[in-house]
Amino acid sequence: MSSGRPIATTRSAAGMPTGRLAVWWVIASEIVIFGGLLASYVMYRLAHDAFAEQAAHTNTWIGAFNTFVLLTSSLMAVQAHKAADEGDGPRAARFLQLTAAGGLLFAVVKAFEWTDEIRHGFTITSSTFWSFYYTAAGLHAAHVLAGVVILLIVAASAKRSVELHRVELIGIYWHFVDVVWIFLFPLLYIAK
Amino acid sequence: MSNHDAGEGHAESGAHAHHGPYVRIWAILLALLVVSVAGPLVAALIEHRPTAIAITLSTAFGIAVVKAYMVVKNFMHIDFTKRFVPYLVVTMVLFMVLLFAGTAPDVMKVKGLNWEKPAWIEANAEAAAHPAGAHGAHGDHGESGH
Repeated sequence: MSSGRPIATTRSAAGMPTGRLAVWWVIASEIVIFGGLLASYVMYRLAHDAFAEQAAHTNTWIGAFNTFVLLTSSLMAVQAHKAADEGDGPRAARFLQLTAAGGLLFAVVKAFEWTDEIRHGFTITSSTFWSFYYTAAGLHAAHVLAGVVILLIVAASAKRSVELHRVELIGIYWHFVDVVWIFLFPLLYIAK
Repeated sequence: MSNHDAGEGHAESGAHAHHGPYVRIWAILLALLVVSVAGPLVAALIEHRPTAIAITLSTAFGIAVVKAYMVVKNFMHIDFTKRFVPYLVVTMVLFMVLLFAGTAPDVMKVKGLNWEKPAWIEANAEAAAHPAGAHGAHGDHGESGH
């Protein structure tokens, strides 16, 4: 093993590669960030019926479509992981690119959705519900966009069959982004 | 041997053994998505409110928990990491529950054993909950459920 390889690959002090450990630590901190936001939303939602009136203006079908997109992109991510485990870098790269395409599609749909909502007067300052809506969905969308960038970077190296362990790491992150949306969807789009 | 293997990180996981029937899991997730959307639509047709609420909660949120579990288990392979990782994740979720338990009374109740919320707080909250400039027709119009 060359000394030039990153420590995330070569070290496994906790019984797993440091890179994988780091991703799980990131996810642990993200659970607190998103969890705090969602817990706050739930307590306000339960306390104020006006939240239901405002939630009625979100579009369930757009939310459902984006859920479909993220679930499918998660399938692509785990197929990339499988390909990487089999040592097939180019195939892993193709799956990662498809995953990134799913993320981009999600963001584009979200952009159209938000544009429509803002045109109808529902902005981040319209009410407490819309403040939560834009904050939670916006924070999630930021994670999607960051994930897309990392997916493409990892895909570029995977295509050359370099550092294939990264395929699993970005996959774990991407699945977490998917899990967050799985909870955001019923909270913001279904509970009316 | 691939670079992936060269990362020597799979000593605890048997990395090549845990890949499951991913397409089938994805299909189940999509079926659950359909149920989670259809459930509240069906509930909206039911006049008995407790039943409608039970259906909405179980199909929307119950299924969300199941979907999340399936993703974490089958796609994130949490079973194949070191045991402290699931403990870490559960601990963070418990922190979330602790946050809720600690702060929810202030938000959801107007008075407790030794305190009473000033009326202006609730009035402000109600005012903030209603939109300032937003106007009606949009999205799933008429599905307000209220």
